Amino acid sequence: MAGLVYFSSGSGNTHRFATRLGLAATRLPLRHGEPLPQILAPFVLICPTYADGQGRGAVPKQVIRLLNQPPLRALLRGVIGAGNRNFGETFALAGDVIARKCNVPVLYRFELAGTETDIARVRAGLQKFWGTECSIPA
Amino acid sequence: MRDLPTARAVPRAINWNRLQDDKDLEIWNRLTVNFWLPEKVPLSNDIQSWSQLKPEEQQLTIRVFTGLTLLDTIQNTVGAPALMPDAQTPHEEAVLTNIAFMEAVHARSYSSVFSTLCQTAEVDEAFRWSEENEHLQAKSRLILDEYDAASHPLKKKIASVFLESFLFYSGFYLPMHWSSRARLTNTADLIRLIIRDEAVHGYYIGYKYQRALERLDGAQQQELKDFAFSLLFDLYDIEGRYTESLYDGLGLTEDVKHFLHYNANKALQNLGYEGLFPDEVCAVNPAIMSALSPNADENHDFFSGSGSSYVIGKAVATEDEDWDF
Repeated sequence: MAGLVYFSSGSGNTHRFATRLGLAATRLPLRHGEPLPQILAPFVLICPTYADGQGRGAVPKQVIRLLNQPPLRALLRGVIGAGNRNFGETFALAGDVIARKCNVPVLYRFELAGTETDIARVRAGLQKFWGTECSIPA
Repeated sequence: MRDLPTARAVPRAINWNRLQDDKDLEIWNRLTVNFWLPEKVPLSNDIQSWSQLKPEEQQLTIRVFTGLTLLDTIQNTVGAPALMPDAQTPHEEAVLTNIAFMEAVHARSYSSVFSTLCQTAEVDEAFRWSEENEHLQAKSRLILDEYDAASHPLKKKIASVFLESFLFYSGFYLPMHWSSRARLTNTADLIRLIIRDEAVHGYYIGYKYQRALERLDGAQQQELKDFAFSLLFDLYDIEGRYTESLYDGLGLTEDVKHFLHYNANKALQNLGYEGLFPDEVCAVNPAIMSALSPNADENHDFFSGSGSSYVIGKAVATEDEDWDF
């Protein structure tokens, strides 16, 4: 199975979600200056949303920095968007923005740190997804 | 006159270019960009819709809104100010003043709804009702007890997150319910603005709670966690009875309770804890979810082939320098 990469701010919601998945996952740095981790294999990105009422600023800067590097962006296979339905139309918007920009599917959306159902679905889904990916000849 | 040395401490001028916690500026920006006033919402477009509600539905709506007004008033005048002495940074204090003011805007908004749609006598009756309603008074007292100056700083934060992220929702349910039936849709737009603000408030106060909690030892952390769950149980108990007293007549109580469970779990997550209620009892009516966030009416799940669409469109030519979201 290939990689899982995520960003989680100090609130730790996405970090708790990734931890509960129980899969190997790489956390992007919390601060702007810190170096990006080495990513060498195809990966799925889990990204929380920070949009304002108009949807601006949805994707955290650190994620933009990651995806602005063409070799790393080329490894992105799908995105899982996180957020809070209380933000209405901008719920989990970061996932949609990244999907559009990078031409990858939004695989799933969840709220805050996710529910048991979310965890089970994403765990099973990723397994299936990577199975499909691997059967496609490079 | 010469400057005389005195014992009075003077606060330091706030410098927003020297942050101790980036989250303060992030939330300040979010809240200020999202600023709104009730005048922005064309409430008068709901006059006809209001007239089509049955008298008991009108009465319920006014009562629910006076209950929400009370919670906003508490948060405006007591809750947010009570958090200020415990602020860890001057920027946190500034954010709390914004939160306090927006709560005043929220409380004021309900009166805009009343003056647009309702008769003065009905509204006066509902305010009297809110002062006498035992459940409303009981939950307010439980929260106010924790806002006392003598209370533990982190218990104030727990109570505040429960008010922002849990207690409002027995009330917010009703305008979402009306909206899902194409009733009072402008009022629902206003409520959605309030919901959006409260989500940021609960998130931020919960974040500050987590930062303070991680500096305590294991025993203190456990004590606060136990306190949080125990307070949630007590509040839930009251909310259950409040919900029954309001919604039994419309046959909506069970539906509302699912919404309460769902929001109680989210409040706990804001504090960094796992949810308490199992997913089965958190399955909120899809019509309510859809009223809450129109694009999230379905559980998007690409893995299982459900959900809208594998719409990924064509790749946007990315200017790597200005990938400006």
